[in-house]
Amino acid sequence: MPSDIPADSIGLVTPETLHFDTPLALSCGRVLESYDLVIETYGKLNADASNAVLICHALSGHHHAAGYHSMEDRKPGWWDSAIGPGKPIDTNRFFVVALNNLGGCHGSTGPKSINPETGKPYGPDFPIFTVKDWVNSQVRLADRLGVSQWAAVIGGSLGGMQAMQWAIDYPDRLRNCLMIAAAPKLSAQNIAFNEVARQAISKDPMFHSGHYYEHGVVPKTGLALARMVGHITYLSDDGMREKFGRELRAGKLSFDFNNPQFEVESYLQYQGERFSTSFDANTYLLMTKALDYFDPAAEYGHDLVAALSHATCRFLVVSFTTDWRFSPERSRETVDALVAAQKEVSYAEIESAHGHDAFLIPNPRYMAIFAAYMNRVDAESKALANKESNHAS
Amino acid sequence: MRADLEIIQEWIRPGSQVLDLGCGDGELLANLKSQKNVGGYGLEIDQDNITTCIEKGVSVVEQDIDRGLASIRDSSFDTVVMTQALQTMHRPDQTVEEMLRIGKECIVTFPNFAHWRARFYLAFRGRMPVSKFLPYTWYNTPNIHFCTFDDFERLCVEHNIRILDRTVVDHKLRDRWWIRLWPNMLGEIAIYRITR
Repeated sequence: MPSDIPADSIGLVTPETLHFDTPLALSCGRVLESYDLVIETYGKLNADASNAVLICHALSGHHHAAGYHSMEDRKPGWWDSAIGPGKPIDTNRFFVVALNNLGGCHGSTGPKSINPETGKPYGPDFPIFTVKDWVNSQVRLADRLGVSQWAAVIGGSLGGMQAMQWAIDYPDRLRNCLMIAAAPKLSAQNIAFNEVARQAISKDPMFHSGHYYEHGVVPKTGLALARMVGHITYLSDDGMREKFGRELRAGKLSFDFNNPQFEVESYLQYQGERFSTSFDANTYLLMTKALDYFDPAAEYGHDLVAALSHATCRFLVVSFTTDWRFSPERSRETVDALVAAQKEVSYAEIESAHGHDAFLIPNPRYMAIFAAYMNRVDAESKALANKESNHAS
Repeated sequence: MRADLEIIQEWIRPGSQVLDLGCGDGELLANLKSQKNVGGYGLEIDQDNITTCIEKGVSVVEQDIDRGLASIRDSSFDTVVMTQALQTMHRPDQTVEEMLRIGKECIVTFPNFAHWRARFYLAFRGRMPVSKFLPYTWYNTPNIHFCTFDDFERLCVEHNIRILDRTVVDHKLRDRWWIRLWPNMLGEIAIYRITR
């Protein structure tokens, strides 16, 4: 609980739910007739709507990106390190929009929602969403908010992939694209880890082929295992050595299988347990599929340069040295393609021991580059606003 | 603006694509962008310089040139520029080859180790030259491959490289008439425009 809300926090925030009635055609061929998106916004939209920034979340993220929901909250939103007054995504200057993607489990329409055709939760029948589908739904959100062009679309990991898809599919609707710790598609190793996670969930006897809601149970064991495997891929070898080493909880080996002995075992079990009670297993399956399927170059003859040649925005690509989930080499693939397509791009490889998770953790150099780029975005938005107001007068 | 950058700017066509290897704080690219509508990128490894470039709106890619330029396609730039960094490369010959592969034209600048002051220092003091302009000692210098203008031109002959232009200046980057009399003795910095 924050006894005092820090001065650089956006403070108390309230989510809102927007209902959409226009059917959304999906990549899988199905149509979502109507849906809800839950969002949070921070800062003020300016008169010409030129200062709007979209935050796209990663696998387990949601709309609560910054600030606190109540004074009882133990922690702020998931990207509070980067969003707030005076932070790189400065809420004094930008109108920041964060949403929970469709298929999510934090309020937007997803597997837990009631399927109007059956009157029961969708469960495993909820359509599999792709990054492209999410971007299409985010375009509707932009329209609803009166944002014809984002000053920037920003995301880390799976969020960065959404930002890339925006740049390719809707070049006129964003001026800047920030892809942090992302990749232009998953590798076989990435898909393999996702498959282990899915197997862990679907083999849990409580899973009931995804219809566990009707049985009043959740596949906690499977979801916890999935999270544990995932979590290892978010950390780095160095980071784990630094944080846990071979520390023993009781100070000595107990020669049994009953309890976690090493600190790292206990940590993973705690993370898995906590996640399994707060996240939905069907959503986890959907999110991992969206990751696996992401490959925007596929539509362009598997030529990433051709895919990105449609983009008109400027790009910032950031990677982290110890990230092995989406390593710096993967970000370089994007950068090389952008250079070959002659797009404006800057790239930085940040030294960090935090692996993939580094994109969520403040680090002086990361924050300096992020802020420098966003200052530029702000200056451009203001120049644009001036130009338009001069034009009008 | 640095005098050598001014000379380089003259040699770059408006609207062209430029790659600046070791772009520093992005001064050249920022000027080329605003004055000649030139697009392109800088490669840089210094962290503060990278941030400064981003602040200026210069496209900068964090990349160690010594680890190669293989990720960049053939002839993808009109001009590839490298100022005062050739002598810091592990293999300057390979770097020049790579520059000529990815650029239609290249501009390189480097200090002349055959300048009379360097010769004098080595001949009479018997020690590696140290000056205000090149302040490093042999063991801590980033300049690991010094050469002379004549050495560079020899490399060009051996590698079939055409020299399109050469300007030789003093350490304050001034173009003095007397340098032209004996450039390899009197010139301190050379600016070459080369192609294949």
